[in-house]
Amino acid sequence: MLKTVGAVLRRLALAFGLVLAVLALNFTLIHAAPGDPAQVIAGEMGGADEAAMASIRKAYGLDRPLPEQFFTYIGRSLQGDLGQSYLYNKPVSELILDRLGPTILLVLTALLGAIVLGTLLGVLASRRPDSIFSGAVTVFSLIGYAMPVFWTGILLVILFGKVWPIMPIAGMRDVRMMGAGALANALDVLHHLVLPAVTLGLIYLAQYSRLARASMLEVLGSDYIRTARAKGLGDGAVTFKHALRNALIPIVTIAGLQFGNLISGAVLVETVFSWPGLGTLALDAILGRDYPTLLGVLTFSALLVIVANLLTDLSYRWIDPRLRGR
Amino acid sequence: MATPAPRPAPPPGAAAATPAEAGLSPWREAWHVFRANKAAMLGLALLGVLVVGMVFGPAAYGIAPFDIVAAPFTEPFTDPKVWLGTDYLGRDVLAGVLIGGRATVLVGLAAATVAVSIGVTVGALAGYFGGWVDTALSRLTELFQVLPSLLFAMVLVTLFTPSLTMVVFAIGVVAWTGTARLARAEFMRLRQLEYTQAARAMGAGPLRLMLREILPNAMPPLIVSATLIVGAAILFEAGLSFLGLSDANVMSWGMMIGSNRRNILECWWAVTFPGVCIFATVLAVSLVGDGLNDAFNPKLHRR
Repeated sequence: MLKTVGAVLRRLALAFGLVLAVLALNFTLIHAAPGDPAQVIAGEMGGADEAAMASIRKAYGLDRPLPEQFFTYIGRSLQGDLGQSYLYNKPVSELILDRLGPTILLVLTALLGAIVLGTLLGVLASRRPDSIFSGAVTVFSLIGYAMPVFWTGILLVILFGKVWPIMPIAGMRDVRMMGAGALANALDVLHHLVLPAVTLGLIYLAQYSRLARASMLEVLGSDYIRTARAKGLGDGAVTFKHALRNALIPIVTIAGLQFGNLISGAVLVETVFSWPGLGTLALDAILGRDYPTLLGVLTFSALLVIVANLLTDLSYRWIDPRLRGR
Repeated sequence: MATPAPRPAPPPGAAAATPAEAGLSPWREAWHVFRANKAAMLGLALLGVLVVGMVFGPAAYGIAPFDIVAAPFTEPFTDPKVWLGTDYLGRDVLAGVLIGGRATVLVGLAAATVAVSIGVTVGALAGYFGGWVDTALSRLTELFQVLPSLLFAMVLVTLFTPSLTMVVFAIGVVAWTGTARLARAEFMRLRQLEYTQAARAMGAGPLRLMLREILPNAMPPLIVSATLIVGAAILFEAGLSFLGLSDANVMSWGMMIGSNRRNILECWWAVTFPGVCIFATVLAVSLVGDGLNDAFNPKLHRR
């Protein structure tokens, strides 16, 4: 128990170190970008006159020596102050918190759907590795990987926008739902969620089914499975109770590692479906030259990935008892 | 004096069984396995067709991709002059499809080269030297792993200039971590093997050991990983140009899709055909990558 607490504390300390490193990298980027950092922070909106620039220099301490600026920047960021957006005229942290919910909803739906369905497909495929079904899973995973995610989304928009209009193809809510009750609103959001989540989930579904198939095939070939079969256990018990538990370890590992890619994919999917999340915020920030918001989204997404990695690490200990003491 | 008894003949079928027994080098042996892999050969053929199309297509077709050649929204297969139709500005879709692969594939290859170079250097130093070098470089790798790669590339391209060189650099900088981890593991394993120890005992320095002794043996898994990175880098380039974050003066498949994004319901063809090309290219590259993986790691063939 004490060992576990120590291990968890060590992981937390490393995670905190990573947060600091991300902030340091951001600071370096602001100062390495061509032009005056005040200009970078104000954005190249053209609206920033000399007085505004002077106030930015003062507010960010840009007239101070570099090391002092560095520590001020880190200190402010750790307190949740990611600067001011000159495009929206709001604190960046407020903008991010507004957009966080939709992105988390999209990413988690896609990830969980892909893990559950992908594992199931992979497990079924591994039971008869030479069957047509197993071959189909392999082909599907190749196709799913090679489809550019924004293109998949666009094809779905064409399908459901033109051919078979049963799904909303843009946004997160229908304006006509403004006066409706909470349940109707929730259902409306879920209805809007279907296409973006399917688009984002498909790539990972492809990867997890392939991974689960490979992982199950490896586990099913091991000695303890033969023992379980020799004990007279049924096929279902061997597959799902004995083999799957071990085969899950690489799947969970990859899921944790891929959280960053998932956010990258969400940027593209949100753009296609005008989903009001962090990705569209980042793209609008780029188009409006709103650098504090853009860097804020980068910092915050890195923070999400760090948290996801921590959770993955803890869930290992739960799946694999051998790791509990480490 | 009795003549020695003739050696028993090998059982039929065993003679040409494994290429290794035929005395082939590991590279030729890998090629034998690769050639027997239908999916991989299909990928190679597809890649060949695409490359020929990209190299000779634009000159043979003769229409510039940015030129306005017909009425906007001309449907495909209706006008023989613009066989794949025109986009929302009246630009020829076929001309874009033919030339649009050049930027995508060149950027993909160059970015993968940058990524693999960074990855192998970082991984080699970490794996070979171990100790604090390893700790420092592993932390660096972790830092780049937690930054969502597309967002980070978007930030780099935006803060600096959106030229093709910057796009190559941005993709390279975000895509190297996997290779670094792989190279680190390989270098750690190989530096302890006897042949490396022997070379060290003969006075070889670290640079020579890393480049001449360890690297050649670490090549097979690194080549497989490099192929996968080429596929990922092509998808990356497509994504960035779809978002309008690449050089606006160079036509690419991703840019065709991005610039027609607002009109997809009016002209599905202007986004569908370039998308098919990206898909086919990435599919071909990953089929070849899978084939190389099977060829270099025969033990994992079942996967």
